[in-house]
Amino acid sequence: MRKSFGAVQALRSGTLRVEPGSIHALIGENGAGKSTLVKIVAGVHRRDGGTFRFKGNDVDFSSTAESKGAGIAVIYQEPTLFPDLSVTENIFMGRMPLGAGRRIDRAAMHEEAESIFRRLGVRIDPRRSARGLSIADQQIIEIAKAISLDASLLVMDEPTAALSGVEVERLFAVARSLRDEGRGLVFISHRFDEVFDLCDTVTVMRDGAYVGTEKVAETTVPALVSLMVGREVDDLFPKVDAEIGDVVLSVENLDSPGVFRDISFDVRAGEIVALAGLVGAGRSEIARAVFGVDKYRSGRVTLDGKPIRPGSPRAAIKAGIAFVPEDRRQQGLVIDSSVAHNIAGVIRGRIAKGGLIATGMENKAVRPWASRLEVKTNALDMAATTMSGGNQQKVVIAKWLATGPKLLIIDEPTRGIDVGTKSEVHRLLSELAGQGLAVLMISSELPEVLGMADRVLVVCEGRITAELARGEATPETVMAAATGTTPDQIHLEHEAEAVKEVTA
Amino acid sequence: MNAPLTSTLDRAVDERTYASYQRPFLWRLIATREFAIVALLVVVFIYARANIVGFDGPLTIYFLFLESAPIMLLALPMTLIIITGEIDLSVASTMALTGAMLGIAYTKWDLPFVAALGVALATGVACGLFNGFLVAYLKLPSLAVTIGTLALFRGLAKGFLGTESIKGYPEKWTDLTRERLSDGSSYPQFVIPLLLLTIAFGVLLHFTTFGRGIYEIGLNDEAARFTGVNIARTKLILFTLAGLVAAIAGIYQTLYSSVARGDSSVNLELQVIAAVLLGGVSIFGGRGSLPGVVAGVLLIAVINSAMRLDGVRTEVTNIVIGCLLVASVVAPMLLTWISGLVPGRAGPTAEAPPSTPAPEPPASGGPSLDK
Amino acid sequence: MNTALDTPPAPTRRRPDVGHILGGLVRSREIAVLVVLLLLIAVATFKSDGFLTGDRWRDLLLTPSILMLLAAGQTMVIITRNVDLSVGSTLGLCAYATGEIMSAGHSPWLAALGGVALGAGLGAINGLIIAVARVPALVITLGTMLVYRGILLRWAGSDRVNAGELDPGFLDLGTKQILTIPVLTILSLLVVIAVGYYLRTARGGRELYAIGSDPDAAALFGLPIRRRVLGAFIASGALAGLAGVFWAARYGGVSSNAGQGIELQAVAAAVIGGVAIFGGSGSVWGAAIGAFLLVTINRVLPILGVSDFYQQAVVGALIIGAIVLDRVLSSRAERRLAVDREATS
Repeated sequence: MRKSFGAVQALRSGTLRVEPGSIHALIGENGAGKSTLVKIVAGVHRRDGGTFRFKGNDVDFSSTAESKGAGIAVIYQEPTLFPDLSVTENIFMGRMPLGAGRRIDRAAMHEEAESIFRRLGVRIDPRRSARGLSIADQQIIEIAKAISLDASLLVMDEPTAALSGVEVERLFAVARSLRDEGRGLVFISHRFDEVFDLCDTVTVMRDGAYVGTEKVAETTVPALVSLMVGREVDDLFPKVDAEIGDVVLSVENLDSPGVFRDISFDVRAGEIVALAGLVGAGRSEIARAVFGVDKYRSGRVTLDGKPIRPGSPRAAIKAGIAFVPEDRRQQGLVIDSSVAHNIAGVIRGRIAKGGLIATGMENKAVRPWASRLEVKTNALDMAATTMSGGNQQKVVIAKWLATGPKLLIIDEPTRGIDVGTKSEVHRLLSELAGQGLAVLMISSELPEVLGMADRVLVVCEGRITAELARGEATPETVMAAATGTTPDQIHLEHEAEAVKEVTA
Repeated sequence: MNAPLTSTLDRAVDERTYASYQRPFLWRLIATREFAIVALLVVVFIYARANIVGFDGPLTIYFLFLESAPIMLLALPMTLIIITGEIDLSVASTMALTGAMLGIAYTKWDLPFVAALGVALATGVACGLFNGFLVAYLKLPSLAVTIGTLALFRGLAKGFLGTESIKGYPEKWTDLTRERLSDGSSYPQFVIPLLLLTIAFGVLLHFTTFGRGIYEIGLNDEAARFTGVNIARTKLILFTLAGLVAAIAGIYQTLYSSVARGDSSVNLELQVIAAVLLGGVSIFGGRGSLPGVVAGVLLIAVINSAMRLDGVRTEVTNIVIGCLLVASVVAPMLLTWISGLVPGRAGPTAEAPPSTPAPEPPASGGPSLDK
Repeated sequence: MNTALDTPPAPTRRRPDVGHILGGLVRSREIAVLVVLLLLIAVATFKSDGFLTGDRWRDLLLTPSILMLLAAGQTMVIITRNVDLSVGSTLGLCAYATGEIMSAGHSPWLAALGGVALGAGLGAINGLIIAVARVPALVITLGTMLVYRGILLRWAGSDRVNAGELDPGFLDLGTKQILTIPVLTILSLLVVIAVGYYLRTARGGRELYAIGSDPDAAALFGLPIRRRVLGAFIASGALAGLAGVFWAARYGGVSSNAGQGIELQAVAAAVIGGVAIFGGSGSVWGAAIGAFLLVTINRVLPILGVSDFYQQAVVGALIIGAIVLDRVLSSRAERRLAVDREATS
């Protein structure tokens, strides 16, 4: 099989060749185009160009049903289950076996579900409803779905992100047995140990393009990391050294059941602190709790020594926290609203005179901010949705800088924006810190973390597993703490504990 | 507070000037849903004056306002509620219940009339608070809640009154609803409070931070929460306002008809919703304006009045309003679909590729800002 | 490494089927509503001796037959995350059409068929607009509710179809009993069973649940969403048509206000019976029992000394009670699950 595509921004030239009877790893940073590639294979998106051959035939799937019919099963990062239906029905939805009188043959269905679960070595009652299953169990059901399809190509997009050590082992055992049956598997992961443990070949992608394919037996972690990063870290992200001032944000023993545990850290004026870690480790959740979008069970958040009322974004904003969230279109912007309304979104209380506000007043207030951030738009009444991702991000940043914050929390500052704007955002963050703003940055892009942060806090499974000063932070130390699996590379107090958890 | 930043970004040497609007004023005025509905209103009005006997008579406008006043009132809070993406189906029932309470408080409890008015208003506020609490704080779907309270409030009104119709309100008050602005004027005095209330709601929606929050909740409640909008409080306030206005409408209706009945104004909420949607408010929330709704309400009022004068029975009016309601929802969908079919007019929602400047061609009204 | 495969764990623990079913029954909403219904009947019997005898017994069973049909159709629609408010008007229009066909001298079979077919057609109009234009069912069915009723009023005027114009055999249907159980009730129970059977055992039925449970996931699965939603509306319309036929037989005549306001009772019956207003869960049995409960409450209220003018208020209170109860139960269940997860992690 070979497929190559051209010309979607998300995917410029992805190439992947999967042999039957092998497990093929696909790695790359977030935004490297892995998921887009997967979605084209699954028939969710259609490619704009290139070739896609499956079992020797040229194919072009226009729906997920077609790719399924051809024998391709895809397990997405986010399980897609119907919570109100039973586990068995979820596995067989759309192609339930029919018995006499076109009646669904429940007995046969349950039996097959049970035999798949037996094979997977899990105990899930196929008759129970899918509501309330843990993420791990949901993932298992996704896998069971794929197995029941009898697919000849199985694509797994970060299937282990939410699994515990035992569950991962079990999944790997199943993956190996599927490989031995002669099926092709594609395994997307951020964890190098898993890639080396499970896979035969590995393909690296970067910035929507194919970088290279290696035999796993013939490569090393540093070699892969350099392929993934592919550029000299220090040149790209110039964080200017700034005078580090007093503690601005102080987080003490923050705890939220099932999400994160015992989180404590400080951010000082003029400092950029990065929260690094794998997707789903709990980084964004910590930021959301600090900002008050989510509630937490215990702990304390203080800004300039004053405690902030939990669970209230209004209180956080009043105290001087700005929050540029991860999901620009859903959380950062009211995407169908105008540029002016968006930038004025938080400060409109201040703009208003005698409780009244008019579009003219907003326009006047936002103009300087739009121009300082060089937002590219024809007019202030254009909807944000018409703009490019980079410009949208500038609008979000403008909206928050307009509040004159003391602390800026910025979650994935450059996700999905073009290279030019990316460096503008980095320069801006650096300059803001230079002027005494405290910045808490969350990023899944290692170079960004390493280049921008004065300090890196690594989050793994809801805990801070490492605190690395600028000098100590390297791709290896951060990755090790984030996956918690290669303790020999760094020595930290939390480390041993974290490893025990994963392998327990 | 912004001082540090000012110096940071001095680099942005060429201080750009941003045009406020993409299109010239006239174009913005004409190319809207609101304008279309105003135009339709004018056309229907002119047609009615020309073709329907008696429509140009002196009493037409007078009765048009008297008869439609409750719809005009109820449409105001309904607009705000629908813009947040919720709906209130219980307003007509609240009207009936407040009317019933007015009658009971005045005739059965022998309260002074002004105190009875207070009881009625308090009833309306309580109904609104009840809806608002269930929707805003228990986060129940407003559709289900207000279908429930639609039946509950109506049932209470019927239960309190039975088959009885309470009559005998002070003439001073019942006459008030029919007073004209001045002798011979074709407008009733009631248009003044109606106008004031409309302006108040218009200002609330279009010229306050609260109103900005209403739109944001409707467009994207998650983003609104991230911006610090208090969603639950906003919804509670809106449903309470709906209750209060329904009480005013209920009092008006009771005095105007001089009778409180359990089954008054049945199905009126449908006409209210039809008027609001006709006026360009999106049922999905986030879009619409009060001027448009006023035009929508007047359109329904004119159709009602013209058809009645033409001797058409109310059921045909219902057919027309039902069709208008369906059309008002389907038409925008069809328009989007059609504009999607025409190449090169792929609607403004198409996502621009990154790294290209804003894709719109320079509008004739503003200078191009592309580098 | 391969231990997981070599030593399969004990086979999935399988509770004895009987226990499983019983456990499910005790927790099920259907049973809870049924218990409330039986208690209500018991209280009424205790308070008033004649409650379960003769005509009152027949009425108790006969009246819900119409509402059960509507509730069954409503269930199919609500399960897909839609709602059909036009069923009352559809019922009226179909009842009148049935009567008119019969009074024109055609056979009652043809008339009944005509009524059902008309209902299916009216439902198809709703479904086509909603599924094709992707607009909210609430608004569309509010609109068609006005339109269908308006058409009926226009057609019937102040006229009504009288018992004399109907086929005597057809009228008998409204009063006939088998083992003291009215024929119409038996027929309507059969229909409910058929709908329930379809929802439970047909692919199409399960897909309706899937569509309401998570529309995005349903699209990702490639389920035929439009076709299923359209089908649900046609079924709802056809059942409303059948309810119209029953109406003509039961009341021995049709006037233009037949079925006015009954759509709310149909929604109420479904919601009380455990059909979630946001789709994906609930059963037609629950809705049918809910319909029985509603009608019975209306009969019992006067016996308990409550004026029957409060009927509608009781309906409203029940709807709100049911959705609040659902919310409380589900948030409690979620909290329990979160605690469980914390404990196992």
